[in-house]
Amino acid sequence: MSSIKPITMPKWGLAMDEGMLARWAVEEGAEIAPGQEIMDIETTKIANVFESPVGGILRKQVVSEGETVPVGALLGVVSEPDVPDGEVEAFVTEFLENFTPEETDDAGAPTPEMVETASGAIRRLKAGPDDGAAVILIHGFGADLNGWMFNQAELAAERQVHAIDLPGHGGSTKSVGDGAVATLAAAVTAYMDAAEINSAHLVGHSLGGAVATSIAAASPERVSALTLIAPAGFGSDVSQDFIEGFIGQSRARKLRPIIELLVADPSLVTADMVEEVLKFKRLDGVVAALRTIADANFDNGAQRVQVRDHLGNVSAPVQVIWGEDDRILAAGHADGLPDSVKVIRLAGAGHIPHMEKAADVNAAISALG
Amino acid sequence: MSNKSYRQAIAEALTQEMRRDHRVVIMGEDIAGGLGAPGEDDAWGGPLGVTKGLMAEFGRERVLDTPISESAFIGAAAGAAATGLRPVAELMFVDFMGVCFDQIFNQAAKFRYMFGGKAVTPMVVRTMYGAGFRAASQHSQCLYPLFTHIPGLKVALPSNAYEAKGLLTQAIRDDDPVIFFEHKAMYDMEMEVPDEPYAIAFGEANVTREGDDVTIIAFGRMVNLANEAADNLAKNGVTCTVVDPRTTSPLDRETILETAAETGRVVVVDEAHPRCSMASDIAGLVAQEAFGELKAPIKLVTAPHAPVPFSPALEDIYIPSVAKIEAAVTEIVEYGEKAAAE
Repeated sequence: MSSIKPITMPKWGLAMDEGMLARWAVEEGAEIAPGQEIMDIETTKIANVFESPVGGILRKQVVSEGETVPVGALLGVVSEPDVPDGEVEAFVTEFLENFTPEETDDAGAPTPEMVETASGAIRRLKAGPDDGAAVILIHGFGADLNGWMFNQAELAAERQVHAIDLPGHGGSTKSVGDGAVATLAAAVTAYMDAAEINSAHLVGHSLGGAVATSIAAASPERVSALTLIAPAGFGSDVSQDFIEGFIGQSRARKLRPIIELLVADPSLVTADMVEEVLKFKRLDGVVAALRTIADANFDNGAQRVQVRDHLGNVSAPVQVIWGEDDRILAAGHADGLPDSVKVIRLAGAGHIPHMEKAADVNAAISALG
Repeated sequence: MSNKSYRQAIAEALTQEMRRDHRVVIMGEDIAGGLGAPGEDDAWGGPLGVTKGLMAEFGRERVLDTPISESAFIGAAAGAAATGLRPVAELMFVDFMGVCFDQIFNQAAKFRYMFGGKAVTPMVVRTMYGAGFRAASQHSQCLYPLFTHIPGLKVALPSNAYEAKGLLTQAIRDDDPVIFFEHKAMYDMEMEVPDEPYAIAFGEANVTREGDDVTIIAFGRMVNLANEAADNLAKNGVTCTVVDPRTTSPLDRETILETAAETGRVVVVDEAHPRCSMASDIAGLVAQEAFGELKAPIKLVTAPHAPVPFSPALEDIYIPSVAKIEAAVTEIVEYGEKAAAE
């Protein structure tokens, strides 16, 4: 029975304790490859395609479309073609008999913590083995550490992965100084000092990409590898509609089309996702912090922040990942980079490929270091 | 972020605003110890314990127990607001407001207008409303339509703990008099509420469900019933948009009219009596501004035009229910289908 592999309900983010299987994308009996999109899953927070963690023949769809089941529940069974039906059935029976859903506040799961740094309080979520190589995930403008819900757990299998909230974001200090990339970069290095991380693979998305590049140029010894996902500071323009709409819209119905600019497929955006953004923006100090950061780095559709030239000072291996349908920072910003920089362009992804094409992005991060 | 009750959310907003701004004071009957209470420093925290612990942190100078004289302390709050403090007065039950009509309607609500904008009145009146508490007809009314009727007042109706903290924070920071309605059957309802201070803007409705068939506009506690009805109906293929206006004054006409036009069918759920109510107000608004978009008559789900009964059996029937909301939705969906068939 060792070649029988379960496919179970994933845990996307801390708050998820159940999910709804919205659609099977493959029939029973079909051959599937690891990373292939095999179903759509919806939670209250997000809707997304689920990519198979394993390859083989889909022998059985245990859960049918429209059913809501707990995290870890058996959704389907994959095996080599020569495994008899009886063994598959026995596997399913045994799994269902032994399965107990995790408690919602499972004690073993990592939870965000506040870390006092020289740049103020930084919230972080740390996962993975203490002796693993350090990876720091740095989100973009207006996001927070929950944006890595499809990446952190997977990367943490072998690495020590720190997802942090930049100043002005999530649970971190709302004090952002001048809001410039250099100031945010200083906060990240202050976090590395406080967390006693000498050197890490920095993974930066959007504004976080500019922050990561800035650190790699200024303190090359602190950066072992650099993954930049649709980074800011590589081209001249940025979507003014997004920046101003994100800061200015306070009604969900007006904010939703702004959030939808982030993705190639708008159905990824749920009402709860929009509501989370609104709840964040209502916190004291957040809108002012976002305004300061936006004014420091963007100017009416142009990017003040420029870090492309810093790449010359970066000694660590660098890769750039961009969604071809990015409507915030155009994928063309990746053109003309030095040959030493690996550029990965992902079709069917917008500005947040680490959510839209998580398997591809995770594989690329793992491959770099 | 942690789970907090409606009661805790209100207490947290008061605490955080009192820490943030020394001008914020609270006053009302029994909100601290109550004169003559055992152990003068042991806070009773009001009849339902909402303000418990505030006196210990802020002292009697900022947590003022008042005599049982609403006309005096609501008037005092209006005067204190006009002269520089930011008082939050607790009018225990909204049913008692009759004795302080003048202080609220003629004084607080009119200061800004009558002094040509030179005076502001940053006062909040927190008050309990609503049926279901077995408290009979003199302690169970809604009455928010009366306050909504008066220009110069703002009226907030938080529908859950998250809303309660954010709307109360906004109410305290607002420069106009705000009547803040707390449903007494909701104090123990829990949900995730951020630990940090936050404010929810007035006049911006919350769309809590999105659907294609019917728009349900509900107020205060009724939002929760409307959500439940919408979830039940969705299982049978009828999808509803649910709108929580959050404040009846100012009123988010834009969201109400947009969502009414999108579905073409409107149910208004209001725990108040039906005459001169928010239900009739919204029905009037939609009929006047979105008549051409309607596919069916507007349905109102309200309490009857009768006092709240003391008999538990009668009180349960009196309050709008999930079943009544579902029936109203079904009725106007079928109205549309019948019209199409003919």
